Amino acid sequence: MSVLDPIVELVRGLWVTLKSIGEKPVTFQYPEEKREVRQRFRGRHVLKRYDNGLEKCIGCSLCAAACPSDAIFVEAGENTDEKRFSPGERYASTYEINMLRCIFCGYCEDACPTEAIVLGDNYELSFFDRRSAIYTKEMLLESVPSQSQLTPQKVEDGEHNRSVPEMKDPRD
Amino acid sequence: MISDWTLWLEWFIKSVILIFALLGGFAYLTWYERRALARIQTRIGPNRAGPFGLLQPIADAVKLIFKEELTPAKAFKFVFFLAPILTVVPSIIIAAVIPWGRSINLFGREITLYLADINVGILYFMSIAAISVYGIVLAGWSSNSKYAMLGGLRSTAQMISYELSLGIALVPVILLANSMRMIDIVEMQKAAWFILIQTVGAFIFWIATLAEVNRAPFDMPEAEQELTAGYHSEYSGMKFALFFMAEYQKMIIVSAIMAVFFFGGYLGPWVDQFPLLGPVYMFIKIVLLLFGMIWVRATWPRIRYDRLMEFGWKILVPLSIVIVFITATGILLAAEFSNNIFLWMIPVVSVIVGLIPVVMVYRSLRRISYERA
Repeated sequence: MSVLDPIVELVRGLWVTLKSIGEKPVTFQYPEEKREVRQRFRGRHVLKRYDNGLEKCIGCSLCAAACPSDAIFVEAGENTDEKRFSPGERYASTYEINMLRCIFCGYCEDACPTEAIVLGDNYELSFFDRRSAIYTKEMLLESVPSQSQLTPQKVEDGEHNRSVPEMKDPRD
Repeated sequence: MISDWTLWLEWFIKSVILIFALLGGFAYLTWYERRALARIQTRIGPNRAGPFGLLQPIADAVKLIFKEELTPAKAFKFVFFLAPILTVVPSIIIAAVIPWGRSINLFGREITLYLADINVGILYFMSIAAISVYGIVLAGWSSNSKYAMLGGLRSTAQMISYELSLGIALVPVILLANSMRMIDIVEMQKAAWFILIQTVGAFIFWIATLAEVNRAPFDMPEAEQELTAGYHSEYSGMKFALFFMAEYQKMIIVSAIMAVFFFGGYLGPWVDQFPLLGPVYMFIKIVLLLFGMIWVRATWPRIRYDRLMEFGWKILVPLSIVIVFITATGILLAAEFSNNIFLWMIPVVSVIVGLIPVVMVYRSLRRISYERA
């Protein structure tokens, strides 16, 4: 430590802040310019579909049971081959998530036996009244590439008897 | 009695221009500070309202005007109302003595580029600057709130302490210029800006003005972490805007005064041929000095209150007195032996003397680190 240190240190501090003027700002101009979220980001829920368009959700309510803040409400309905929503016996006739209660913990994702509910990358969840905080099944369900894949579908008899897909690799 | 009504008109027009320039300057200083601070912190800053966010101050003003004004139930209503006015008025009228240039010919009339040319300009500046402390302490007291009270008291103590070194640091300038008129002071700096002759004095003046206008690192009266907002905690709406305005106008004013006393005021190349360049040079110098204030705010942390007082009384005041002595001796010797070498001895000796407090600070820091070890 030299005698001039009190001054040298002050000037060094000034130099550091002056240098940072030339740096590129880290700001994202938000509404126009959106930042990629991380791979494991937990945003708004998405209800997934199989490749043929059938819903993965089988209305088992395990997500509602796992939810620590009681944000999910599921009501199940019966599938028939004439009007088939999902493989197996039942589907979710009502599926609601109250976004004012949800804490985005991801327990529903873990509880789901068919990997139907996934926390997606959408974080723009603002609304003006409490009613619009309730996200219904139509809002949560993944969109389909073509009209023919919309549920309910009419399928061959006995094709989709299993509600949970068979495990491809038991060690997985 | 002045019968020349055109003179009255000239004064009126110049006052209006000055007041509007200060109001606009205040608005755009907030914009400038926010943009500059943002750049230093690798952000962008306000850029939504208008191009480069230039309409942001107007949006802020509209918001503040339409905000609800609260008066605490147990406040001293009259003083509570008076305090912002008492703060803002001195910060405007102090600008009257600042010379912006020599004089120009307009409509066949010689028009001076300053409002008032009083022969005790420095005294005027010092006395008006001292008045604005009333507004702050009255605001703190009449709010009937402990945060405001502490902020007001801190501010009073700080401003009184630093006004001393502020005033004494100006004595070398008066000695060098041999006058207290602002115009004379500027004209004397044709040969050399006073910062070259009295560097230490300029530094003391600058530090004291930082404390005087309550800027970081001396923003103790409004230390957010300790006092929420200090003396204006209980103010909202337009009354708060007045305090805000006074603070930023004082920043502009002290930068202008600093430019006049130490950086040659309106002097610059070709100012003799084109007197209108004077205000331009003043503007550039003020903007650069303001950047210095913003830069310091972005860099240095707030110092502790007891250290602020120790620094003011034990270092700045003795140092400024010594500098007055050195300057006076140099001028006397130069006059006695009619040799300008003695004038150039002033900065050398002053800087050597100015290093003494640095050594003192270094020694006290070393003592602290020994005690910790």
